Parts: sequence; structure tokens; C-alpha cells
Amino acid sequence: MKARVHIMLKNGVLDPQGEAIRHALGTLGFEGVEGVRQGKVIDIELAATDAAAAEAEVGKMCEALLANTVIESYSVEIL
Amino acid sequence: MKAAVLVFPGSNCDRDLAVAFRQAGADVEMVWHKDTRLPDGVDIVGIPGGFSFGDYLRCGAIAARSPIVGALKAHVERGGYALGICNGFQVLVETGILPGALIRNAGLKFICKPVDLTVETAASDFTNGYTKGQTVTFPVAHHDGNYIAKSDTLAALNDQDRVAFRYGSDINGSAESIAGILSENRRVLGLMPHPERAADPVLGGQDGANLFRSLAIASVTA
Repeated sequence: MKARVHIMLKNGVLDPQGEAIRHALGTLGFEGVEGVRQGKVIDIELAATDAAAAEAEVGKMCEALLANTVIESYSVEIL
Repeated sequence: MKAAVLVFPGSNCDRDLAVAFRQAGADVEMVWHKDTRLPDGVDIVGIPGGFSFGDYLRCGAIAARSPIVGALKAHVERGGYALGICNGFQVLVETGILPGALIRNAGLKFICKPVDLTVETAASDFTNGYTKGQTVTFPVAHHDGNYIAKSDTLAALNDQDRVAFRYGSDINGSAESIAGILSENRRVLGLMPHPERAADPVLGGQDGANLFRSLAIASVTA
């Protein structure tokens, strides 16, 4: 089973990299880009066969290591 | 004073930190990240600068989950001293020992230069060799030194006089130009600038030497 974790900076946390991307898109002539936020995607291969248990386990991984919950939010998707 | 300097794969200021402690009169032991205990009688744990684990995932994130960190947390809970410099500061916020987080510099550039800092409090064993309001010059060398914290955390840091150093001018976007903060018991200091690189005139300055000297004095009387 595969799990996909999305990690984003929380709303309100300034994302300097996202801002740089927004500026660069403007420079390339793309109009109307009102905001860009950059995050991370982490794919995890799991031996588990139970989707609910796997999702709970990956949630624990997010809390323990994958996300810094002071500044980041995460979501888990079982693929 | 007995100091332990933690060493992670990718640490690169560990020996500089050991030299600064030794020059202040400390016995220093280097401690590998896979160890699970600190040497007996350690007064202070130094967490050095560098790029532990290649800054993978987040700066300091993997180091903060190393086997030695359990012993570091126990040492801090006992009231022991800890000093985290640069990547060491990032490790301390990742462990939760110090509040807030350090993200990419607002200007996105790696900044490597001497900077003027204001000593915001002399009321700690790290900073009582300075006077409040004094300007000191330490080098910085970081890509992720932009300190952020919730507004109530910032208010608590200010109310409890726990901001140790601020940048003289904004260099990296840090909230309220914060360069270094103290723990609630004032025995843990995390800062992005490098006092150990300003602890010997040969290396271009000695403003940082006072920090190590006052720690040495404090640990004798502690």
C-alpha cells in the first residue's frame, strides 16, 4: 500500500520560496497569479493492508517527524 | 566546566565550538549522535553549527530525532545548560526545547558575514558578561535563520526577557529581528550567529569570548 503525504506551510506563515516563484511567474508574463505556496510531497510504501490503520500510522509519522506542526500542516492520502 | 559537544553527520562547527569552550577553561568531550548518554558530570551541552544530515527534510529535523537527543532533553530537564548555535539552534527548536521555528531567509540567499547584534538581556549565564543594549559583532552563516513564532510566543519571550540577541538591522526576515532566545529557566540559549567564530582575535574578533567565559564562571558556582 502507498501513502502520499502533503505538507504545506500553515496559512499565515510567510513562504519566501512561494513568493519568489510568484515573482518569477510574473516576470515570465503570467498575469493574475495572486499567490503561490510551495510544499512537499512524500510518498511512503507500506507493508500494511488495512487502509484505515495505514492512514493512522502515517499520521503518527507526520506528527513525529515528517511535519513541523509549529509551522506546517499535513494531509495523508492512501493511494 | 565540563562541556559535551554533539557531533552529527554534517556538523562543521563542532571543533570550533570545542576550541571556544576549551579557551574558556572547559574540559570538552565530543559526543557522537548515536550515543545514548552524555559523559558523567557534563555542565553544558553544545549543539554545533553545520548541515546535520544535509539539511534533509527540514534543517535540524533529523538530528533532533537522533539517539543522543533523549539524553540532551533529560539534561535540560535537570536544569543543565545547553547552547545551540546556528544548526544547533535549528535542532533546539525542532526538539521543542526552544519555541518557534526557523525557516528560509526572507531574501532566499545564504547569508555569510559579520553582523552587529544588540545584547537584549544580560540576565543569563550566557550574557552576563555583556551589558544590556551593548552592540557585539558575530559572524552569521545561514540559509534558514528566519525566526518565526506565534504572536503569543513572541509576547511571552518579550515579557519574560528571553530574547538574548537581536540583529542590529533586519538581515533575514526574523520576527522582531530575533537572533537568539533563552529557555524559560534561562539555561538554554539558541542563536543563529556564531559566537565561537568570534572568540579569538586571530579569527577576526573576540566579542563571542565573553559568552564562553561567563558560562565557565557560572558552571563553577552552579
